Amino acid sequence: MKREEIFEKLNGVFQDVFDDKSITVNEKTTADDIEQWDSLEHINLILAVETEFGMKFTIGETTTMHNVGEMADIILQRIS
Amino acid sequence: MQLNSYTPETLLRKYKLLRREMLAENIQWLDKRIAILGGSTTTDIRKMLELFLLSYGIREEFYESEYGQYWQDAMFGTQELLEFHPDIIFIHTSNRNITQYPIASDDTQTVNALLEAEYNKFSAMWDKLAADYKCPIIQNNFEYPFWRLLGNADASFVSGRVNFITRLNLKFAEYAQSHSNFYINDINWLSADYGLEAWSAPYYWHMYKYALALPAIPRLGESVANIIKSIYGKNKKAFALDLDNTLWGGIVGDDGVENLQIGQETSIGQVYSEFQQYLKAHEQIGVILNVVSKNETENALAGLKRPDSILKPEDFIAIKANWNPKSENLQEIAQELSLLPESFVFIDDNPAERAIINQEFPLVPTPEMGRPENYIKAIDRGGYFEVTSLTKDDISRGIMYKDNAARSKQQASFTNYEEYLRSLEMRAEIKPFIPIYFSRIAQLTNKSNQFNLTTLRCTQEEIQHFAENPNYITLYGKLQDKFGDNGVVSVVIGEIKGTELHIRLWLMSCRVLKRDMEFAMMRELVREASCQGMKTIYGYYYPTAKNKMVQSFYEKQGFTKQQEDKEGNVVWSLDIASGYQGKETAIHIN
Repeated sequence: MKREEIFEKLNGVFQDVFDDKSITVNEKTTADDIEQWDSLEHINLILAVETEFGMKFTIGETTTMHNVGEMADIILQRIS
Repeated sequence: MQLNSYTPETLLRKYKLLRREMLAENIQWLDKRIAILGGSTTTDIRKMLELFLLSYGIREEFYESEYGQYWQDAMFGTQELLEFHPDIIFIHTSNRNITQYPIASDDTQTVNALLEAEYNKFSAMWDKLAADYKCPIIQNNFEYPFWRLLGNADASFVSGRVNFITRLNLKFAEYAQSHSNFYINDINWLSADYGLEAWSAPYYWHMYKYALALPAIPRLGESVANIIKSIYGKNKKAFALDLDNTLWGGIVGDDGVENLQIGQETSIGQVYSEFQQYLKAHEQIGVILNVVSKNETENALAGLKRPDSILKPEDFIAIKANWNPKSENLQEIAQELSLLPESFVFIDDNPAERAIINQEFPLVPTPEMGRPENYIKAIDRGGYFEVTSLTKDDISRGIMYKDNAARSKQQASFTNYEEYLRSLEMRAEIKPFIPIYFSRIAQLTNKSNQFNLTTLRCTQEEIQHFAENPNYITLYGKLQDKFGDNGVVSVVIGEIKGTELHIRLWLMSCRVLKRDMEFAMMRELVREASCQGMKTIYGYYYPTAKNKMVQSFYEKQGFTKQQEDKEGNVVWSLDIASGYQGKETAIHIN
């Protein structure tokens, strides 16, 4: 899967979880950029991403990801 | 909306959208306030509970305790919780909340003391909550631990954790058996059914302090929602069952009755036999069975009369086997039984038939059946008939509907309806509420929608309060006739204000429609009110989507319309100071 495709799918996940069709994410997107993205929504976001790509994050990864770019890195690594 | 068709992951991902869509539905919501007292994180538990309750027509406000503060909130209260006035309290605890487990070398006496201490921590909390809030309490029991120090002996040694949790769960169940407004949410079973390993995934505990895996939370929310909807009388009441390839393998009209797959000879026959046994067991909890099948009646009956068929024709209240659309047949059965179509669960192996019912009656569940060996699971996981109380009435409901069928036959032999009523030899018991009927009365206030003037819903505690308060006149009506006992079928609550009596609740079960029971009730109410010096009775009609049949109830009872607002709420009055002439009925009272 190409990096662009991953971002396309991620957009769908973010739009669903935050119920906002206008959201698009990029390499630099962080929780600060999306108003509703708090620690509680983070849980659902992670599960939704895992389900979308059929993979699991480790506890270490879940706590140290800084932005969506890093999330995409892990996904790419895991599914290729 | 039927949520069962979504995966747990989708429910979590699309929570906001689903919530928005359901709230936009134009239905008559039942509004409830629910307090969640948690021993671990509850955010997504609240959300999933909310979705399932919305799907049952219950709209809710929530109170959530601060993280892990369930016990403190219950024992010491918070201003916020007190002001919240919960209708329901749900205590979400898990084996993570057990204070002290035995250690392997502990003797029986030590373990017993630990068990008592753990149990007392909980039971003191339930007693306190019941006293402070007087509302139903729902309590999780405990899931098994996901590791076993003693291996299999964890279950048999008195110091084993599995043994300890098993005993604790039994004590919780005993508390539920002796306290009427207390319900166990059985996470012990739920986690076993889900898979204990997946349910207990430690990732979610260490990451977010969730006592169960996030994908398991929809199941938990659904389970709690099922208890709540059952408490508020929103259970389903009846099955509408297809025959060919649903109750037996094969098509009776094509294959012939002798070639149907049922009975112990073949594996597939055994599958259908077990499914029939599962359906028949529902008679024990008062769920009534009906057939809706595209078939010649003769063939349908031949199939059910096979000696190896578990279900016999007499197990069904109505059998509609014809070539009319199933939606029409369902509508007809509902009418004959005085039930709403949405009280039925529609069981059919054919997706096309299910789709039509879905279209015509969106509130009728049409579970996706899958393969025959999965039929039981497909129905059972729906929680359509969740039992929160089992009254004598529930147990004998099937008999009552059969009695009704006998009455209809009798009616057909009379040309004059009055004569028919007299032939029934009806006897009524109409008296102030007494404790043995409190639970049935509360159940009726929550279940009755059609013959219900104000749709006032009451808990058992509230019923007791009305019964004991001298400012209220209460009456229940029980009706018997030569065909059988209908049980308690009518409930009236009037509030005394000086010389006025205001009827706060008037309902009657539709199973005794057109028997003049409402006139007998009114006579007794007027008599009681007169004895207590009342001069005027006020009746209220509050329209809902379902109670149109009683729109002119008070007019028929001789009341005069006083006022009506633009929502259609009507106030009626009846002067009883100058004597009252009620309608003569064929019912002998008391």
